[in-house]
Amino acid sequence: MSFSRRDTILMALGAAAATTLPMSARAAIEDAISAFTDGAEVGETGITLTAPEIAENGNTVPVEVSAPGAASIIILAAGNPTPGVATFNFGPLAGAQAASTRMRLAGTQDVVAIAKMEDGSYAQARQEVKVTIGGCGG
Amino acid sequence: MISRRDFLQASMAASALVGASGFGNWSKLAAQQALTQDQLLEFDTFGNVSLIHITDIHAQLKPIYFREPEINLGVGDNKGAVPHITGAEFRELYGIEDGSPSHYALTYNDFSALARTYGKMGGMDRVATVVNAIRAERPDALLLDGGDTWHGSYTCYHTEGQDVVNVMNALKPDAMTFHWEFTLGQDRVRELVDGLPYAALGQNIFDAMWDEPAAEFKPYQFFERGGVKIAVIGQAFPYMPIANPGWMFPDYSFGIRDERMQEMVDEVRAKGAECVVCLSHNGFDVDKKMASVVTGIDVILTGHTHDALPEPVLVGDTILIASGSNGKFVSRVDLNIQNGRMMGFRHKLIPIFSDVIEPDAEIATLIDEQRAPYKDQLEEVIGQTDGLLYRRGNFNGSWDDLICDALMSEREADIAMSPGVRWGPSILPGQDITREDIWNVTSMTYGRAYRTEMTGEFIHTILEDVGDNLFNPDPYYQQGGDMVRIGGMGYRIDITKPQGSRITDMTLLSTGEAIDPAKSYVVAGWASVNEGTEGPQIWDVVENHIRKQGTVTVTPNTSVKVVGA
Repeated sequence: MSFSRRDTILMALGAAAATTLPMSARAAIEDAISAFTDGAEVGETGITLTAPEIAENGNTVPVEVSAPGAASIIILAAGNPTPGVATFNFGPLAGAQAASTRMRLAGTQDVVAIAKMEDGSYAQARQEVKVTIGGCGG
Repeated sequence: MISRRDFLQASMAASALVGASGFGNWSKLAAQQALTQDQLLEFDTFGNVSLIHITDIHAQLKPIYFREPEINLGVGDNKGAVPHITGAEFRELYGIEDGSPSHYALTYNDFSALARTYGKMGGMDRVATVVNAIRAERPDALLLDGGDTWHGSYTCYHTEGQDVVNVMNALKPDAMTFHWEFTLGQDRVRELVDGLPYAALGQNIFDAMWDEPAAEFKPYQFFERGGVKIAVIGQAFPYMPIANPGWMFPDYSFGIRDERMQEMVDEVRAKGAECVVCLSHNGFDVDKKMASVVTGIDVILTGHTHDALPEPVLVGDTILIASGSNGKFVSRVDLNIQNGRMMGFRHKLIPIFSDVIEPDAEIATLIDEQRAPYKDQLEEVIGQTDGLLYRRGNFNGSWDDLICDALMSEREADIAMSPGVRWGPSILPGQDITREDIWNVTSMTYGRAYRTEMTGEFIHTILEDVGDNLFNPDPYYQQGGDMVRIGGMGYRIDITKPQGSRITDMTLLSTGEAIDPAKSYVVAGWASVNEGTEGPQIWDVVENHIRKQGTVTVTPNTSVKVVGA
């Protein structure tokens, strides 16, 4: 665990972001969710979010979403200064309503995926992804 | 699969048999100083399949002393559950008599005295004898290596794992999975795996670029044994690029990937597997959770967290086997598989008492051949110790304190940090410390001892971060190491608190003053996962320090206050 001064500062900032989510970020995620759902009720089933429990590299974290019957899926990083990660829209000819991408995470936080189904209902999945300093593995 | 009732009957039958012919009995006999190889190996062959499990050898080809942990705390659902039970409570749980060989092998109390009575444990030549004896009874028994094999000694470092590979190949395993092996660097790992005469498995080893299964490592291997179609699925250590330097193996990505584990189980079952074995390096609590999430695995052979359990742990229809570390134990698991169902099992954790089990002559010669070019270097005496040097435990062991002292004095630092790894054999009071002994607790491919400045706030962040890797109540967020060892600084940890509020009362021991978050402190440490770390090799730092001391004095470390255990 040796760090250059620059790394140290960067990680100290990351850690600070992780431990206390700034109010603005909390508001930003709420805003992003209600903008997508129009304030409608959001269910918990019908969407699968696959992300690592602990990120191997916070700068490029793989994430996969799948929601059969979805018209569009939005991915949000709740702890990033700008929570929006991606919005996937599926046309009528889409073979599967699933997508994967990579995202950058500022620190340990929840990743949220919300699907808008073709019937107009919404489903949400949420998972904590840890961004850690690492080291010291047994 | 198996109904609860079938399974209870099976497990009761098995535990009765273990009581009669296995664990309980040899401890009693040995208390009368009548421990023999035949008793250690005694086993009524059962069913139609035998598994032999060894794991976390850490390149210890020769017998060693290894003190099991005093403090091994469980959190969340695992509070007070095995393997988070130590000492007298452990002995009571398994009916182990005080002062017996199993007391010595499995618990920490009176370690120095019992070590003198019962001697060193392990040695791959003794392991070979045990493996051969099992194969004599069951010629097609599967030998499975759980990984952390090609790491951890002077000769392993200098031959880049070749010494251990040569010895293990002679034991003829059937499959292996991985962790520290990757710290040899991805080119060397590929070179060794390419020539491996047995399966290199890891369903969770992925290509980092494309996020798809890595070509060099198969997810599973089929075996036909005793007329039974067995699938062995590999699970490598999930957090390799986080706990170890990812820049050494940038082409690979890992993770638990339990949804793919389920897919693999379903796939092998669909291909006709009658028995599914998972050869895992997840760590015990992670395996326990995985067993509750993934259905269809009969046996998980656990590794990584170095736990040795005399009885299997049942999770649903899956049995979990924990076979210890450093070559101290070999597990034998016999299974009765009928019509694609596990109808029963018999298990024995075989302790490798090196003075009781005859070394296999062929393997003994092979081991000595690997060591011969380095003999003088290995055997050079650097100093002595007046107390027991050990590492294993959630917080500082005496070996760690010695390493931290070496870092602070040789690198002129206020505070020292040493990684909370679980490997590293023990040295008894009065014993010589050889160069080999120092390498056994420090050898790695990223051992540079750095010296840097850190603010009090940043030191706190590190402790919180590592603390969460150990005490997060969800096992999937645990990395399986112990707490980072600190020299020159005391602290209080409340393991029940969330990340960010576990660590308080950080105190600089030299002045007794509280650590100032804004102030910078000179910190020396080793095993940085960052590329380009500069400094002398840790084994040279420790050797210089011990040489200056002559005889090392071990003083009890009371600088960490643990709350909430």
